[in-house]
Amino acid sequence: MMSLIIGLGVVLVLAILYMIFRIGNLVGLVKEEKEQDLSVGNSIHGYLFMAFIIFGLALFFWYSYVHFGSYTLPVASEHGVVTDYLFWLTMVVIVVAFVIISLAMFWFIFKYRYDKNRKAEYIADNHILEIVWTIVPAIVLALLIFTGLRSWNDITGPASKEAEVIELVGQQFYWTVRYPGVKDNQLGHHNYKLIDASNEFGLDLTDKNSFDDFKAAELHLPKGKEVLLKIRAKDVLHSVFLPHFRVKMDAVPGMQTTFKFIPTKTTQEMRDETGNSKFNYEMACTEICGKGHFSMKFAVIVDEPEVYEKWKASQESWLKLNPDYMKQVPAALKEAAMINAGIENTSQAAAQATATTVSIAN
Amino acid sequence: MATVDIHPHTDVHHDDHEHDHEHHGNFWTNYIFSQDHKVIAKQFLITGIFWALLGGTLSVLFRLQLGFPDANLEWLRPVLGGWITEQGKIDTEFYLSLVTMHGTIMVFFVLTAGLSGTFSNFLIPLQVGARDMASGFMNMLSYWFFFLSSVIMFTSLFLSTGPASGGWTIYPPLSALPQAIEGSGLGMTLWLVAMALFIVSSLLGGINYITTVINMRTKGMAFTKMPLTIWAFFFTAIIGVLSFPVLFSAALLLIFDRSFGTSFFLSDIYIGGEALPNQGGSPVLFQHLFWFLGHPEVYIVLLPALGLSSEIIATNSRKPIFGYKAMVGSMLFIAILSFVVWAHHMFVTGMNPFLGSIFTLLTLIIAVPSAVKIFNYVTTLWKGNIIFTPAMLFSIGLVSFFLTGGITGIFLGNSAVDIQLHDTYFVVAHFHLVMGSASFFGMMAGVYHWFPKMFGRMMDYKLGQLHFWITFVGVYMVFFPMHYIGIAGFPRRYYSWTNFETFSGFADLNMLVSVAAILTLAAQFIFLFNFFYSIFRGKPAPANPWNSNTLEWTTPRNPQHGNWPGEIPTVYRWPYDYSKPGAKEDFIPQHIPYSETPESNLPHENELIKLEMGDGAIVVEDKKH
Repeated sequence: MMSLIIGLGVVLVLAILYMIFRIGNLVGLVKEEKEQDLSVGNSIHGYLFMAFIIFGLALFFWYSYVHFGSYTLPVASEHGVVTDYLFWLTMVVIVVAFVIISLAMFWFIFKYRYDKNRKAEYIADNHILEIVWTIVPAIVLALLIFTGLRSWNDITGPASKEAEVIELVGQQFYWTVRYPGVKDNQLGHHNYKLIDASNEFGLDLTDKNSFDDFKAAELHLPKGKEVLLKIRAKDVLHSVFLPHFRVKMDAVPGMQTTFKFIPTKTTQEMRDETGNSKFNYEMACTEICGKGHFSMKFAVIVDEPEVYEKWKASQESWLKLNPDYMKQVPAALKEAAMINAGIENTSQAAAQATATTVSIAN
Repeated sequence: MATVDIHPHTDVHHDDHEHDHEHHGNFWTNYIFSQDHKVIAKQFLITGIFWALLGGTLSVLFRLQLGFPDANLEWLRPVLGGWITEQGKIDTEFYLSLVTMHGTIMVFFVLTAGLSGTFSNFLIPLQVGARDMASGFMNMLSYWFFFLSSVIMFTSLFLSTGPASGGWTIYPPLSALPQAIEGSGLGMTLWLVAMALFIVSSLLGGINYITTVINMRTKGMAFTKMPLTIWAFFFTAIIGVLSFPVLFSAALLLIFDRSFGTSFFLSDIYIGGEALPNQGGSPVLFQHLFWFLGHPEVYIVLLPALGLSSEIIATNSRKPIFGYKAMVGSMLFIAILSFVVWAHHMFVTGMNPFLGSIFTLLTLIIAVPSAVKIFNYVTTLWKGNIIFTPAMLFSIGLVSFFLTGGITGIFLGNSAVDIQLHDTYFVVAHFHLVMGSASFFGMMAGVYHWFPKMFGRMMDYKLGQLHFWITFVGVYMVFFPMHYIGIAGFPRRYYSWTNFETFSGFADLNMLVSVAAILTLAAQFIFLFNFFYSIFRGKPAPANPWNSNTLEWTTPRNPQHGNWPGEIPTVYRWPYDYSKPGAKEDFIPQHIPYSETPESNLPHENELIKLEMGDGAIVVEDKKH
């Protein structure tokens, strides 16, 4: 019933609008007998454009100034400071250009609105002007390009050997993180065909580097130390986005990507800086990956280097948490595996190992 | 003083068109399977309007979710059925379908077919002075392939598994694996088939446009005398013919990966509890192939709009377009460069960073000809005598969007800055202004300007102006706030941001954007009413309603197949002789020889009079003989 009334109301409003339109048309027909002067109705639009640009620019500057804090994210990485600087440098250049060109355009539109007593000037070109406005943007752009490229090369250059390597794996619809462990500090090999319900990383246990690798529930980063993210995906494309660190890199199935950066502020420091005691760094996905795309959140914590090392040492290796996989370890490496994985209950593991050896021998 | 009298002598070039050119076919051959470029143009236009409405409606649907995340959308159930969840929300996967289909429809079906299909078809023969396209039959096929493609794409909306939903860029593996998302099942298959047919249509059209422009210009219509519209359509068609086949190949390889077990784009995938056998493919390869079309596509969408607005701005400023040669040159430059900037969409895909440097460099070079075009528009307005017809208003809107949206490209083209902005709302704001809205406004401007020629009647002037103002302000209200949301890092294609603390703000701006989007869509109904009402009831159009110089206004009010009842006019001058000093009126159409306008000729043009005599087209006789 309600929708019927609404429907009728809409029909009525449309009918009234149509009547107004028809009457307007008929009045127009009568008026047309007199000579139509374009200048009157035409000028309104000149004024409207002028009002539009002045009001629009005022709103733009007001909002940008008053709400500056709400649309800018604090920066927490070394290269982020550089790219932010580049961003704001470009912003200054383009806002200046934008304001000048907009004002000129809308001023011309207003000033040269139709006047029946005036004639437009026959100006077809002006070579000097054209050369100037080709060369000036070219020079400005060249400067921006070269500053941009220098930092791009720094950001994408090879990571140092001491960099803290961390592996991020994207899948529908969560992230998993693997650390190389404290014993050898090397990520073990992986193979997607080894993935199963427990072995999320597809860890290849024939590689001795994999024994002490551990999975973490949060992404811990050391402050002031270079971090090299090794990124991959299991199923479809994902993209690692760490907004406060100005880090973004796609996760591609079948291809490892990397991103290196240096975090500069611990979570606590950022809490103090923003005055938000609940502040947390977050990682998001920025490549469409399916229905849960918007929910791929992962917690990120930046620690002081000592705290970070302590945290790392306290983590249990993946192999220790999944001792069943000891049987995948080649016999020759079993001892090393147990030492590196930190498995203490040697007798049980050894028994298991013997059983496996026997079954292989058989 | 000897007065001169001109007798146009029939030239043998167009001899076989002396007879009345009206083809008396039946309803089917006149309106459905017509080979007349004007009818085909109208078919493209009306199909395009249908798609634009649908694409706009889809965007309002997902804006409802983003602007009013707590609203109960139960009332949409009669239309969307199971896509509304039991909680009265849009299904998260359907949300992605909406985003995907909005993009596909707007980029390909509205702004490529609807824009190029309409105006290249309509204006090329009329403005270069040809009876029709080089091949009317191919032209007809072009429309009907497009129609078939439209039907298939439209059908995919009604599948139980939903239409394609991997984004309009259909990156594999998401688009290749039905396990990954339901829309990658039959929906994606139909998407690929529809796009393959679309490409066939686009190529048939493009080849025709190129051939017609090169071969069928009327006498005197040198390349240097072509209106900028034709230049724009010509470049657009060339870009399309060179780049669409690459998308075709990408689509074909994807079809193979999906259905025949190949591994062009798939490698090392573990999904749904099993490891797939595919190895050795590269998802990044698909992105290269896609953007090799995808980026030129941006200019396929934009250049025709720039061409239309160049013509409209010159006409309604009553002034020659400023820097005609620079305009052509910058379009040529843009057309060439558009092929070597594609990887700027891929800075953070894991592509070699060195390639990133090269593409940064090339991308920012393309900003130079774009800037030149803006300066030329602004100087065309300078010292003009501007009449704000609805078409002129929309063209001014185009220049404004082109400027506002274009300059933010300087951030995105710079790889180091793009790291943070990539795939955020900053990108959404950028391309919707510079390519979406600017091209849409160019299309609207074109409709208002050439409606009298299409239908022999005038559209309502005031309704057109009202339509412009609501749309202009509405579009800015929709897309300007997105810059802030993007700088704050909000990722695009998110159903909701409330999972993240970092992206928890801006509920107010998002609501504003959604309200503005609804108002803007509502305003389009003013246009629809005006358009369809005026086809039947509009005021009869005068021969040359905007006092324009180009050839189409020399045809009868309702030109029949063949366009000119008699001989095709000969062209003597460029199309921008507006407000020429000394001239009787403020415009001199292209078919008026210099010998008729001694009062306004420039010195070098007086020289040309001899040539006009020499070529046999015109004989100037002294009356005293």
